[in-house]
Amino acid sequence: MLKIAKERLNELYAKISESMGLFIPIKKGGEVNYHVWGEGKEVSLETLKTVKSPKNMFFPQTENMMKFKTEGKNIEILEAGIRKQGDELKPFVAFGVKACDYKAIEVLDKVFLAEPVDTFYQARRNATTIVTLACSKPEESCFCGVFGIDATNPQGDVSTWLDEKYLYWQANTEKGETLTSLASELFEKGGETEVEAQKTSTKAVLAQLPFANLDLSRFKPENLNELFDDTRWEEMSEACLGCGTCTFVCPTCQCFDIRDFKTNDGVIRYRCWDSCMYSDFTLMAHGNSRTTQMQRFRQRFMHKLVYYPSQNDGLYSCVGCGRCVNKCPQNLNIVKVIKTLGGKKND
Amino acid sequence: MIEENLIPKIGVITDVRKDTPDVKTFRVVGTDGKKLFKHMPGQCAMVSVPGVGECMFSITSSPTNEEYMEFSIKKCGCVTEVIHSLEVGQQITVRGPYGKNFPVEEDFKGKDLLFIAGGIGLAPLRSVINYVRHYRSNYGKVVIVYGARSKDDLVDIEEIQNEWMNEPNTEVYLTIDRPQEGWDGHVGFVPAYVKELGLNPNMTAVLCGPPIMIKFTLAGLLEIGFDKSRVYTTLELRMKCGIGKCGRCNVGDKFVCKDGPVFRMTELDELPDEY
Repeated sequence: MLKIAKERLNELYAKISESMGLFIPIKKGGEVNYHVWGEGKEVSLETLKTVKSPKNMFFPQTENMMKFKTEGKNIEILEAGIRKQGDELKPFVAFGVKACDYKAIEVLDKVFLAEPVDTFYQARRNATTIVTLACSKPEESCFCGVFGIDATNPQGDVSTWLDEKYLYWQANTEKGETLTSLASELFEKGGETEVEAQKTSTKAVLAQLPFANLDLSRFKPENLNELFDDTRWEEMSEACLGCGTCTFVCPTCQCFDIRDFKTNDGVIRYRCWDSCMYSDFTLMAHGNSRTTQMQRFRQRFMHKLVYYPSQNDGLYSCVGCGRCVNKCPQNLNIVKVIKTLGGKKND
Repeated sequence: MIEENLIPKIGVITDVRKDTPDVKTFRVVGTDGKKLFKHMPGQCAMVSVPGVGECMFSITSSPTNEEYMEFSIKKCGCVTEVIHSLEVGQQITVRGPYGKNFPVEEDFKGKDLLFIAGGIGLAPLRSVINYVRHYRSNYGKVVIVYGARSKDDLVDIEEIQNEWMNEPNTEVYLTIDRPQEGWDGHVGFVPAYVKELGLNPNMTAVLCGPPIMIKFTLAGLLEIGFDKSRVYTTLELRMKCGIGKCGRCNVGDKFVCKDGPVFRMTELDELPDEY
């Protein structure tokens, strides 16, 4: 294990930035989110939860997919795909990813990298080195442990732990070793004792969290129809405004729209995040399969807790980051759904 | 160059046929004059007019047609309205094929087949019917029941009358919803007609049409002894990507674009009623 003094972290960021893009939690406009590092930026590794998850590094909120030029009856497709003219993407580092958000990337991988592969996502994933950061001060809204995630021991290409003095650093993969070698002169050896101590003390806190013992036992593929038909969805969704905030802050929500935008210089086809909470999400010329907010609310949680696991060997598509718990203007969230429908132990 | 799944190909419209007052069939080839890609009956493609939008349509021509693809498109929304204004020579974009096809090489082989369509629901069935005709000896008797609002709303009526009706070991039954001048055929709704025909319940059935027609026809078929495991249909929901990622065309844990659009009725029974 290696360590680097906190006051030297800027040197590490600068060194990485010489050859790679560096996305790291940065305070901007009062919010901490993943932004590209630059000299003078206010990095905040201490922030437990960025407002938006790091998913936009691989799955941007909007991205251009191609451009069309039309002339008379003819169409030409320009700038198609992410590797315009066959260029490879510049490699980048996702720095400070928490265990829950790291797990969320695995959830997204199973969607976007399944055949047929989403080449936009794949190109960004291949270009990334992920440096995770263990949590030392989990909050009340955290419940990653329910999904088997160990917040004190995140994986990734490099795992790191932060305390008052040092960032402890452990490369796990070849990509991680390569990253380490970029700045080897900044590291010194040691940290095993401090990291073990931090894991122990954080685990004690995690066990005490209010949502630590949620029961998921009823969310199984064989209960799909029974859960779908549960009469309590009406009641649970009654206050939902359909604002979609939960889907935008969620690290695993992957729904998107594809749209065209007319410019003076041709048509740009782009994709952007979309939300199953919106009424026109499923609207067709001849009808809509989900006409009520109850149906849309049910869709979101059934997808996270039943549909997705049914298609992915039982892996839930919630990682317990708690962003929706913090951000829903109506105080609705997946925890309430789990408590209501999840199983006997929640009573 | 890496194959980018969401990047379409350019197609050229080489023929436009007005089938009914609101259905046109478009013949499409690539810019090299050849067929854009291979498909199987029941599969779909994303067709777009840049700047207007992209929609999923079933490929109505048979895979055995190696020269071009056809799409029968009903004018019913923003994109289809613009598509209906397109003329021969116009380029569009096409990507696909998407979805699972009818099991023509597996479950259908050697079976007597019953095709039941309502209105534009003929579009996906035309592909499989013409496939079966091409490999006629691989299949048993074929019965086609097709209904529409009026005689003017029957899609591809020329092909039906000139070719399907003359096919050996094939019966074609047409019906329209209400009596009409110049129509001496059957009048009445498809579900009722199906029950009157004295069909052999051991046939493998394929239904496509408006949800209400499918619902009542299925009930009718079960009443006369058909087995759900030998009844197929195709579903249609809003789609954007076509490859199971954009998240909107699911029914329960299945995506219509990827796991469908062709479903066996017994598969649909296991899914929530949300389509």
